[in-house]
Amino acid sequence: MDKKAIVATLKKNAMLVVLILVYLFFMIMTKGSIFKPSTFRALFNENAYVYILGCGMMMCMLTGGNIDLSCGAFVCLLGAIGSVLMVINGVPVGLAIAIMLAIAVAYGCGLGFLVAYVNVPPWIATLAGYLAFRGLGTSILTKNSSTGSISVGTKEKFLNIFSRTLFETPEGSLNMICLLAGVVAAALVVFLVFNTRASRLKKGYEADSIGAAAVKSGLGAAAILLVMWKLAYAGGIPTVLVWVAAVVLIYGFITSKTVVGRHFYVVGGNIEAARLSGVNTRRIMFIAYLNMAILTSISAMIMLARFTAANADAGKNFEMDAISACVVGGVSASGGAGSILGMVIGATLIGVINKGMTLISLDANWQRVVKGFVLLAAVVFDILSKKRES
Amino acid sequence: MAKILLEMRNITKTFPGVKALDNVNLQVEEGEIHALVGENGAGKSTLMNVLSGIYPHGTYEGDIVYDGKVCKFSNIKDSEKLGIVIIHQELALVPEMTIGENMYLGNERGHKFAIDWNTTYAEADKYLKMVGLTESSKVQVKTIGTGKQQLVEIAKALAKQAKLLILDEPTSSLNEEDSRALLDLMLGFKKQGMTMIIISHKLNEVAYVADKITVIRDGTTIETIDNRGPEPISEERIIKGMVGREMTNRFPKREGVKVGDILMEVDHWTVHHPLYPERKVVDDVSINVRKGEVVGIYGLMGAGRTELGMSIFGQSYGVNFSGELKIDGQPVKLKKSEADAIKHKIAYVTEDRKGNGLILSQSIKVNTSLANLDSLAKMGVIDQDKEYAVAEEYRDKLKTKTPSVEQLVGNLSGGNQQKVLLAKWMFAEPDIMILDEPTRGIDVGAKYEIYCIINDLAAQGKCVIMISSELPEVLGMSDRIYIMNEGKMVGEMKASEATQESIMAAILKSGRGA
Repeated sequence: MDKKAIVATLKKNAMLVVLILVYLFFMIMTKGSIFKPSTFRALFNENAYVYILGCGMMMCMLTGGNIDLSCGAFVCLLGAIGSVLMVINGVPVGLAIAIMLAIAVAYGCGLGFLVAYVNVPPWIATLAGYLAFRGLGTSILTKNSSTGSISVGTKEKFLNIFSRTLFETPEGSLNMICLLAGVVAAALVVFLVFNTRASRLKKGYEADSIGAAAVKSGLGAAAILLVMWKLAYAGGIPTVLVWVAAVVLIYGFITSKTVVGRHFYVVGGNIEAARLSGVNTRRIMFIAYLNMAILTSISAMIMLARFTAANADAGKNFEMDAISACVVGGVSASGGAGSILGMVIGATLIGVINKGMTLISLDANWQRVVKGFVLLAAVVFDILSKKRES
Repeated sequence: MAKILLEMRNITKTFPGVKALDNVNLQVEEGEIHALVGENGAGKSTLMNVLSGIYPHGTYEGDIVYDGKVCKFSNIKDSEKLGIVIIHQELALVPEMTIGENMYLGNERGHKFAIDWNTTYAEADKYLKMVGLTESSKVQVKTIGTGKQQLVEIAKALAKQAKLLILDEPTSSLNEEDSRALLDLMLGFKKQGMTMIIISHKLNEVAYVADKITVIRDGTTIETIDNRGPEPISEERIIKGMVGREMTNRFPKREGVKVGDILMEVDHWTVHHPLYPERKVVDDVSINVRKGEVVGIYGLMGAGRTELGMSIFGQSYGVNFSGELKIDGQPVKLKKSEADAIKHKIAYVTEDRKGNGLILSQSIKVNTSLANLDSLAKMGVIDQDKEYAVAEEYRDKLKTKTPSVEQLVGNLSGGNQQKVLLAKWMFAEPDIMILDEPTRGIDVGAKYEIYCIINDLAAQGKCVIMISSELPEVLGMSDRIYIMNEGKMVGEMKASEATQESIMAAILKSGRGA
């Protein structure tokens, strides 16, 4: 590969390079404590919601830079409803989950209808939810509890589904199942990359060079192995990791391989052209917001289980975290471009920066300053690199 | 001889790949009304944009001499300072603002940080009176009609102390009565010593109002006709200058294509404007197309051709439709849905390929498959290898010049973009293809290739409806020609019997009758 190609590849994967550099920076600053198994585990537990909401937010943003401001407040409301149902009313866990999901579907349909068929600008439609849901959630909590917080610590079944660890082993000892899962996943990545390449070559299409395929699959496999190896020493596979992996894989598949996924991109790319090509643009907008509400409900359950309690602060700024992850991950703020892999890298980068800053005990206010500038830098970089291309 | 106020000498303006103006000369005397006429795309608007500084000095060759001095405008403000004011075809008024606010937009009275509203409205009222408007300058622009809005535009120009007023198609959106009032107003200004340039398609109006007429064709000045004689000049005389170009074989022959039975019929089709539902954009139009036939639809800008095409295609434009659509003799109730139209094998290839046709930020592959993506998918999952193969197939077939079908469409030239747009609709496998201005803005070589593609489509037995505002193209490519004007069908001719003059005459006759 010549120099030009290397520069182009680095530019294309700039956020991945930045992620690695930032990680190395914190390795030095924290004298290696960011490399501890417990840190890996914490990274997942603390950021699971960002990955899941990020998938939904990306679908909204693809349709033309539309966002959902209400998801954080909706997490709070659903947590309050779920905890009241399970703890105060003694509703079985399965039914409570179903009710939370049903409420999310109802909200998603209403929101989708307003945005897609009544043409309410999405940020205004969701601003209403942003204002209303936290108020509603808080009032439900204070009505049912003198402390304004309801604990779900006794609902073992609920906690087993959304938090805890699969096949748990004591911290410090090697969890073989976790490691094995990592090896299988890594092997699968290598197989898929080379299999796609082989089938393309066979049909005479453009394909990656052998070097590019090796680097791509090698990096992917190494990342998976590293994470799973570390987690194996931290007790095993966190249950949230299964949720995150499932959601990310499903949405990665939808956005890259399906007709409906393609329609999200073309609606964001040129909504008039999409409409005149027979794409039901209103239905795509509707699906985007219905989908966002459903993913929000999964996040709400994960958050409720993680804190084993519902309280008024749950879900605060989640919408901003999801938007940041998308934007840093290269999802276009005007729609039509972006990938799930990019969003995952963006979310991880923000997670690593958060964790690193906490580990070097940077003041919480200054953490916000840093996050703000990282976000701005990512967007400026995105715009400038696109300008140079054209 | 009166003093020459404006002289444009040897103006040449090139856009990437196209020479829009080629050594154009224009002389305007003080106190006259000078008309610029020519077909769409002849270069009239480009010339006026050069004059008003929209295309700044340095982006064109040649000299502008105004009031005896050579001018080098770098923007519109420079030319307005000298009293050259242009009124564009599309009204540039902010509907939510008052007439007075609009008139002094960017030209505010009083201090920069303290607008003097009393002076503003007092002066605005004065100029409104000059154009014959009795409205107060404090009413919102959206509350008055289009005709009056046009007058507000003129009042706005007067407020800028205009000495040379340029009106680009000032009557295109006005009815007969308002048009006549506007023209008389222009004659009134002339008496007061104002110099004006008018660009218009309506030759009867030009003959009525202009002292001199300059004809532009293909970016060059053809002639300047004096119209100050006792008898107004005949329209035929002007038309001869406008269309008098030679017809060499710019159009490939269509050989051995048998025209079959009627496939699609549209009867008494009426469509209303989506924003002004009382306005008919297509008025009781009936057309039919046969298998293997290329039908041209000609009309000047605003004739309702695009509106007709889009409304047939799943009612994608307009409101309050009436009329009947028959395919293969069977009445078809098309829903208001583009997908439904595609299902009925109708395709509409837009005139605005960048705005409505292509997704510039996506690849050729994605654009090619878009209108028929379902045929490449199983259970909603796209077979991407097949998609790639389809894109390659059409790249070959249409000779699209690109290194790869993964190339972004935004990086292609106009001609190649047009081919991608055609590929998209050919892949949708329609029986009826409505092509709206299929060769707009592309070079001659690419045009020829597009014509070959149209011939191939006809040879496959498809119905092709070609909407075009280029007369030679319509005459050269069609089997049959429909002529539209102001939403109505005003003529139908066999291409073999039609001439440029007879088509223009059909339009003009209908214009006068209205």
